[in-house]
Amino acid sequence: MGRYIIRRLIQAIPVLLGATLLIYAIVFALPGDPIAALAGEKRMDPNIVAILRDQYHLNDPFIVQYWYYLTGMFGGDFGKTFAGVPVTDLMAGKFQVTINLAVTALVLEAVIGIGLGLYAALRRGRPADSLILASTLVLISIPTLVTGFVLQLLLGVKLKTAGIDLFPIAGVTEGWRSYLLPGFVLAGVSIAYLTRLTRTSLAETLRADYIRTAVAKGLPRRRVVGRHALRNALIPLVTFLGADLGTLMGGAVITETIFNLPGIGQQLFSSVHLREQSVVVGIVTVLVLVYILANLVVDLLYAVLDPRIRYE
Amino acid sequence: MSDTIAPSARRRKHGGTAKPPKAPKAASLWSDAWHDLRHRPLFIGSAVLIAAILVIAAFPGLFTSVDPLNAASCDLAKARQPMSGAHFFGTDNLGCDVYARTLYGARNSIVVGLSTTIVTAVVGGLVGLVAGFKGGAVDTLFSRITEIFFAIPSILGALLILAVFRTGNVWTVTLALAVLAWPMTFRIMRAAVITAKSQDYVVAARALGASAPRIMFRHILPNAVAPVIVVSTINLGTFIAAEAGLSFLGVGLRSPDISWGLMISDARERFLEAPAPLLFPALFLSLTVLAFIMLGDAVRDALDPKLR
Repeated sequence: MGRYIIRRLIQAIPVLLGATLLIYAIVFALPGDPIAALAGEKRMDPNIVAILRDQYHLNDPFIVQYWYYLTGMFGGDFGKTFAGVPVTDLMAGKFQVTINLAVTALVLEAVIGIGLGLYAALRRGRPADSLILASTLVLISIPTLVTGFVLQLLLGVKLKTAGIDLFPIAGVTEGWRSYLLPGFVLAGVSIAYLTRLTRTSLAETLRADYIRTAVAKGLPRRRVVGRHALRNALIPLVTFLGADLGTLMGGAVITETIFNLPGIGQQLFSSVHLREQSVVVGIVTVLVLVYILANLVVDLLYAVLDPRIRYE
Repeated sequence: MSDTIAPSARRRKHGGTAKPPKAPKAASLWSDAWHDLRHRPLFIGSAVLIAAILVIAAFPGLFTSVDPLNAASCDLAKARQPMSGAHFFGTDNLGCDVYARTLYGARNSIVVGLSTTIVTAVVGGLVGLVAGFKGGAVDTLFSRITEIFFAIPSILGALLILAVFRTGNVWTVTLALAVLAWPMTFRIMRAAVITAKSQDYVVAARALGASAPRIMFRHILPNAVAPVIVVSTINLGTFIAAEAGLSFLGVGLRSPDISWGLMISDARERFLEAPAPLLFPALFLSLTVLAFIMLGDAVRDALDPKLR
């Protein structure tokens, strides 16, 4: 097990290096001069410009700049913004918002997706099943952009004027409740995919021999479905959920914009415009790490769910 | 889209019958699929919807006499008017006709969706074909490269690439989306090629002295292309949604180009008092994405009954 984890982590290094190099190169190619942008309309003292350029290694060739960045990053130093704030401090608050959002979305996704999929699989071929399948198709097709605004209008405003104030529609001022509506919007498409996946996976498992045996033994239906079928059907679902954590965090920018949540999507957006290499690369690096680690955790969970799977 | 399946299916059928052992089965996959598709309500529904959208995209002038590309068609004094006989969907914040703008917005969405799909299918497909067929160092190299692309969140990556260009138009959006999407096509093609490579008909072709390109394009490609077609059709819908998202964020298409995402973004400020300028482009966007995802579903069911 330990050796397997180490091997996987070593395999992740080229991915991490490649991704940071790629992003660093893109930001390097961005038009405009960051130091000039810092001064705004005023002309800056050339001496100060020279000192700043030197301080941020802006006169060095691309690959040297990248090397400085990389060595700093492995020491936990993600550099400073051009305003002098350490990138790690800046990212911490933003990531908190996005993690809250993504985790809310993931929980909603798991509960609703697996619940609906389970219900559909147990009623395969009946009207309820067809209805759930048809609604997943519609849910997959409606972009976040649309669900976000429509739900904001329906639940946030119309319901509020009707006297029911369930969901705050913008900002993060109301604790976890602030994340409910945006979390659902962000999870929308994934809920539909997970419902379909649960339905297929469970329907397949329910046909297995050991299910027939369990039924023949006279076990109650609840136990057959919960213990024997669901647990075995869970592996593809866990894979999907694990891979989805990274997707949700990386795809949160539109939801964050609609609901005015100050997360990493919004930060990345403004940093791209300010040409703050260190912030942009820092955010993407953390997202790549989340993706790699989530996939590793998923692979390790397989062994817990299915004792037949062994590593090494 | 419905027409493109039929001729290729027939062509493959004729090409396929010339091949020795596996040929009848490979040929029947395509004709079976087409036969199956024609009787699916899902396929008929999506084909009708897509045909309607394509007509609107090609000739928006047929359905409205207002030319939204002409700034004179907007009247600031008539901003945010409700739906009426003169303005079916009302007017937006600048007094422009929402109905005409929504119809004219279809073209850019379709162009981005189609061109991104074609670029990813051709690039990802060709690289996947070569990597899967050659194996060894070429395969390892491209597989590692795609791993890097997979780890980068796609909408943030597209946002970065578009920031480099400064100008946003259908071609830069296509490029940004295609750069991040080709690895998916690559993986699917590569897996299908590796499966097809070890089949008897490939061994037979090799024994008969067929050259590597001939084996790749005449024997392996027709038998490995089905999953790529399925994924490309479904992706077409998601590319259209992505374009709207990027335009909404302000890095995709820019005014005076008309895009549903841009219309949603413009209508956003006054959305709660005047929802129509936001809801109508949103409806058209959703219907278009739905049509392509439905088509993809139907094609997948027809081509690969196991995946159902």
